[in-house]
Amino acid sequence: MNKSIYLSFLFISIVLLQVFILDNILLFGFVNPYVYIAFIFFYPLKENRFFFLFLAFLLGLSVDFFSDSGGIHAFATLFIAYLRLVLVKVIFKKTAIDYQLFNLNEESFGKVFNYVALLTIIHHFLLFSLANFSFQNFVHVLLQTILSSIFTLILFFLGTYIFRKKQ
Amino acid sequence: MQQIVYFIQKYKYFLFFLLLEIIAFSLIVNNNSFHKSKFVSSANAITGGFYKKSSQISDYFNLKNENTFLINENTKLKNQLEEVSFLLDSTKIFTSIDSLNFNQKFEYISSKVIKNDYHKPFNFFLIDKGENDSISKEMAVINNKGILGVTDAVSNNYTRVQSVINKNSFINARLKNSFYFGTLTWDGKDYNIVQLTDIPRQAKVIVGDTIITDGKSAIFPEGILIGSVIKINSGNSASNSLEVKLFNDMSNIGNAYIIRNFDKLEIRNLENPRNE
Repeated sequence: MNKSIYLSFLFISIVLLQVFILDNILLFGFVNPYVYIAFIFFYPLKENRFFFLFLAFLLGLSVDFFSDSGGIHAFATLFIAYLRLVLVKVIFKKTAIDYQLFNLNEESFGKVFNYVALLTIIHHFLLFSLANFSFQNFVHVLLQTILSSIFTLILFFLGTYIFRKKQ
Repeated sequence: MQQIVYFIQKYKYFLFFLLLEIIAFSLIVNNNSFHKSKFVSSANAITGGFYKKSSQISDYFNLKNENTFLINENTKLKNQLEEVSFLLDSTKIFTSIDSLNFNQKFEYISSKVIKNDYHKPFNFFLIDKGENDSISKEMAVINNKGILGVTDAVSNNYTRVQSVINKNSFINARLKNSFYFGTLTWDGKDYNIVQLTDIPRQAKVIVGDTIITDGKSAIFPEGILIGSVIKINSGNSASNSLEVKLFNDMSNIGNAYIIRNFDKLEIRNLENPRNE
């Protein structure tokens, strides 16, 4: 019970953080961090997978509602939410038995970095190409993906470093 | 039958994922066409309320600029009023002045921009007036410097406006010094520069010419400022397009006026006569 209250609080605060603070950064006019996907990285693996997929969809859709973008955040966030398990299997070499005890803070930095960076780049690429919704300006989409991914990753790792619980 | 159940059992997560992705994709397609009603828009009570609260806080930082805008606009309007009253004095008018009111074609409704986008290919902004203030879809939105956009999704208290810098925006515009007209579009690159396409070849255009709205659409009144020409694409391109720099800085807009056209329905009915 305590856990679900914590998760719903995290959900709401991460959407508001994204929409009211991070969406206004716009470095050089177009580079913007999308840190709300940290919810996907940290959501416990042992929970019901249907509910997790639905929650990822809802997270994206709430950001969409605020930023008038149709369903692009919902699409991209759901995609990485589905892909997460595959990457956990490949990068961390975990099987279904290990999901109960899986904790991102206890893994080595290199593996965590690969996991987070891959998901971030996929998410951002989907996001910007759907926002563009045509094959014009494709170079701009790639540039936006790379620069925004770097920005998101810096903010994400700084954030986890600051808020990490002391062992 | 056993096989189907087994198949669903095996791929249940993937099927659920696929279903949600299809929903998301259809929402994206729906959002990119102007004539469909919008489900996902910030013009609803919850997101609109949040944005209103946040703009109430951040508005204080812009008061100085807003004051300068308003005083400039007041000066302009006062000068125009002086001109009109001079004309009224110097000519003999036998008809009653009330006919001005009777023939009123447009009404201006004031509003405040509470959320603004300018970095995406499809930009929208949100204003704090809605159906309760008799605003409907497809009304012009301007400010004292020029055009801003066209209303798109309306709720009771908020309206989403499709910005001029939206790749779906097509606005009828013409040169100020001649009657050659074209379509104002945006290529999605620089948020201060829009393109005027389909201007006839025989039109004489020079850099620095002013572009204004044309009265040929039922949305915008004639003569609202848009921008000035900064580049002319000479050559044999199919669409003869001009680069136009907007008078408005689209990243910095505060107050806006919505224009209601009283004759819109009449014009629409003439344009698309109903087959009976």
